Amino acid sequence: MDYSQFLAMKQEIGLLILFLIVFFYDAFAPRKVQKYLPGLTAILMTVLTVVGCVWMFTGESFTSAFNGMYETSTVIDAIKNILNIGVIIVLIQSVKWANGELMIMRRGEFYMLLLVTLFGMYLMISARHFLLFVIGLESASLPLAAMVALDKNRYESHEAAVKYILTACFSSAVFMMGLSFIYGLTGSLYFEDIYMSLAGQGLSVMMVLAMAFVLAGVGFKLSLVPFHLWTADVYQGAPTSVTSYLSVISKGATAFALLCILVQAFGCVYSQVWEWMLYALIILTITIGNLFAIRQRNMKRFLAFSSVSQAGYIMLGIIACNTMGAAAMMYYIFVYIFSNLAAFGVIGAIENATGRVSMDEYSGLSKSNPRLAFTMMLAMFSLAGIPPFAGFFSKFFIFTSAINQGSIAIYVLVLIALINTIISLYYYLLVVKAMYISDKPAVIDRFNSTPGERLGMIITVAGIILLGLASPVYNWLLETTDMSPILNMFMLQ
Amino acid sequence: MFENPLIYFVVIPLLMLGGLALCKNIKQIRAVAVAGSVALIGLSVWLLVDYLAKRAGGATDPMLYVDSWMWFEPLNIHLAVGVDGISIAMLLLSSIIVFAGSFASWQISDPKAFFLWLILLSTGVFGFFISIDLFTMFMFYEVALIPMYLLIGVWGSGNKNYSAMKLTLMLMGGSAFLMLGLIGIYYHSAPEGGQLTWNILDIVKNDAIPHGWQSFLFPMTFVGFGVLGAMFPFHTWSPDGHASAPTAVSMLHAGVLMKLGGYGCFRVAIYLMPYAANELAWIFLVLTGISVVYGAFSACVQTDLKYINAYSSVSHCGMVLFAILMLNTTAMTGAIMQMLSHGLMTALFFALIGMIYGRTHTRDIRLMGGLMKIMPFLAVCYVIAGMASLGLPGLSGFVAEMTIFVGSFQHTDMFHRVFTIAACAAIVITAVYILRVVGKLLFGPVQDKHHLELTDATWWERTSTVTLIICVAAIGCFPNFFNELINFTFSPEIFKVIGLN
Repeated sequence: MDYSQFLAMKQEIGLLILFLIVFFYDAFAPRKVQKYLPGLTAILMTVLTVVGCVWMFTGESFTSAFNGMYETSTVIDAIKNILNIGVIIVLIQSVKWANGELMIMRRGEFYMLLLVTLFGMYLMISARHFLLFVIGLESASLPLAAMVALDKNRYESHEAAVKYILTACFSSAVFMMGLSFIYGLTGSLYFEDIYMSLAGQGLSVMMVLAMAFVLAGVGFKLSLVPFHLWTADVYQGAPTSVTSYLSVISKGATAFALLCILVQAFGCVYSQVWEWMLYALIILTITIGNLFAIRQRNMKRFLAFSSVSQAGYIMLGIIACNTMGAAAMMYYIFVYIFSNLAAFGVIGAIENATGRVSMDEYSGLSKSNPRLAFTMMLAMFSLAGIPPFAGFFSKFFIFTSAINQGSIAIYVLVLIALINTIISLYYYLLVVKAMYISDKPAVIDRFNSTPGERLGMIITVAGIILLGLASPVYNWLLETTDMSPILNMFMLQ
Repeated sequence: MFENPLIYFVVIPLLMLGGLALCKNIKQIRAVAVAGSVALIGLSVWLLVDYLAKRAGGATDPMLYVDSWMWFEPLNIHLAVGVDGISIAMLLLSSIIVFAGSFASWQISDPKAFFLWLILLSTGVFGFFISIDLFTMFMFYEVALIPMYLLIGVWGSGNKNYSAMKLTLMLMGGSAFLMLGLIGIYYHSAPEGGQLTWNILDIVKNDAIPHGWQSFLFPMTFVGFGVLGAMFPFHTWSPDGHASAPTAVSMLHAGVLMKLGGYGCFRVAIYLMPYAANELAWIFLVLTGISVVYGAFSACVQTDLKYINAYSSVSHCGMVLFAILMLNTTAMTGAIMQMLSHGLMTALFFALIGMIYGRTHTRDIRLMGGLMKIMPFLAVCYVIAGMASLGLPGLSGFVAEMTIFVGSFQHTDMFHRVFTIAACAAIVITAVYILRVVGKLLFGPVQDKHHLELTDATWWERTSTVTLIICVAAIGCFPNFFNELINFTFSPEIFKVIGLN
């Protein structure tokens, strides 16, 4: 065996080293310096991201290892770095929480579990063999259940963890059922072989069933409707830092992994099978997510449904099946990370300081805590897609790339999505209304947020404002995906 | 980038935003707002003079000062600017109304935040009028819409929560259709294999949008902009929105923002898709015809001053779209004149209503009367605004409506005739509601003894109203100047649809 193949996995290896440092620090560092662990992890993660970016710009544009089981390219490096940036923000925002009363004994667990799930997501993105993919999927799901349960004093946290682990197991089972069908049809679990084999055979019931199972299995993780039922409870029950991690990083990684599966393994049955499945899923996801979000009064449940509908928009980048869509999707995830983390940062800060999470209690926030209210407003505008904030650009580009596919059906889909943006604008404005317009006296007193929370807010606000107006980000992503040999081979345009 | 004079229409408001952020007290805020809007007026006047000089010097391009800077290269999105006479007229109108609006909101509460949002709104407006790239145009369009929510929600009156939400959602709903239409235009903007473009001038030059697609994309864009132009049945945001908005916002919204709708309709929908416009104009002609008549009738039965003017705006803005859809030089020129006239006149109306409301604390005409004796200056201004609105010669309304109807009568078929006559009849109804208000509000007995103690206009209120009245009279007295400024664009060579008709 050629051991130099492992060099292709440099990002994963870097993450493992980071994991080991955190592990040994947590296990052996004297108690006095234990409280520096959150900061240390954030700094190490930043170092890893910077190194990762250097690799991305200087490394090979495409590498494959282990007989094509593992693959990495500039595009894949890019999405990993995007996720890393999100993780850094989550780490910065959670410093206060991780040093709190509750976490004093289990600080290390949080960071280790988080890094393990990130490792799993890396594998999901890079896997080109379903076995490796399943390993990634499992290691990205199971530790998350433990993270959800970290808040041991709260009943909801336990409930959420049980719900999460049951759905995760169930969805894995469904997913593997689909895989077994596919193995039966094609005799291989390599994406490449599956593609070749499927291209040679006609459409069969087995094929459609297999595809449905695979989509359902991944759909659970992405919380696409009708597989979204766990989302709101888990988001509400989990500690806010975990919720924010769950809503952006986990979602972004799975979305990209789904793109890789659909395009590289099932690309040849695009128009026969999965275009229509995804079409229906997108409409359901966007619409139902939006309609349910309207009624939520708990901010975390509210953002849970909002993130359900956002997942629908992310899927628009896949359904077009072109490189432009892949780029727009990555860009959407990037922007979504900043917007959603800005919102969760504010929610977390308020929850840490006052314990309040209801939207009604946010009334008058603009008077008592103008900066928090402003950050929240920008986040809401960005999520709703209002220019000049980044959310507008990401929505515009994802619609543009979807329409690039050209059929009338896509126009109809985009129109439905656009009408849904109006519904979403309504409930995002409800938050703005509570903070800025409501005449009720302020419930939340003025408080000072911690340096970590403040830094997190500065980063996210800067991202929300700059990511859209500064065109190089999107231009670079689109050019890179356009030049990516693998994506190009399987895409329509 | 900064050699082009047009870019300063965006730069100045941005500088104002920066300046406002640094302001410490209300005096500084007022200074920034006034200085900025004076600079904008100065810039647009200079642009007007320079533009006329260039045209006199023989420039025949459809747009002058054209420039474009690459933004999102893979999608060929530029920040592209360029103006013709119509855009210049609109820029001038906007800057005058921003100026008058700053004076009208001299004593607003929480001025810093108010002016920040107001200037952000006007950044969007100016950006929209200078853009010739569909993407940036759409972006500025939405930038102009969203501050309305907070401006009405926070500083508004009456049923403001409901109105603000309704207005925002309906306008954004329009822009959803618009976005789809614009993306559709982009993908058909060049012949097979050519470089797709968002640039309006290039799209017209390519003339590549297939006729089938035009008849799908034209309604999308027209309805998208039509919502903002208060086209029936999408006008319902307008009365509630205007009634709840604070004075300066009503002025800016009725005066400028609603013009974005009309401007977009001809600059994007009709200009880019002439064939569909020619075929489908009748559908929208029916709708806008209903707007004109229905708005006028609704205004007759309202008792709230702001509702009266909001419905009157529906009627007048309906007239703008109505005239644009006549698709000939005269009527379209009239449409632009009507935009200018209505913009100034409605701004004047809303300013006066705001001033009266600030004194009497009611807008119900049944509870007021005899204001002519109490506050003669405001009352006289109100009469002037009313006269402009019902089309008294010498003021702007007459010129605009006259041109529109002359243009409309050039169509000799039954269909156009019927609608033209119906629209003409709306003028009479306008006279009814204007005179009714003037009679009830300004003359007649004083309804409330407390009103006798009220004072007349202050100097800043006088500045605001006098500026607008001068402009209204200027259009009324020198229509030919504006006519020549505008109708250059509406020639068959540039505006293809006019040749088709």
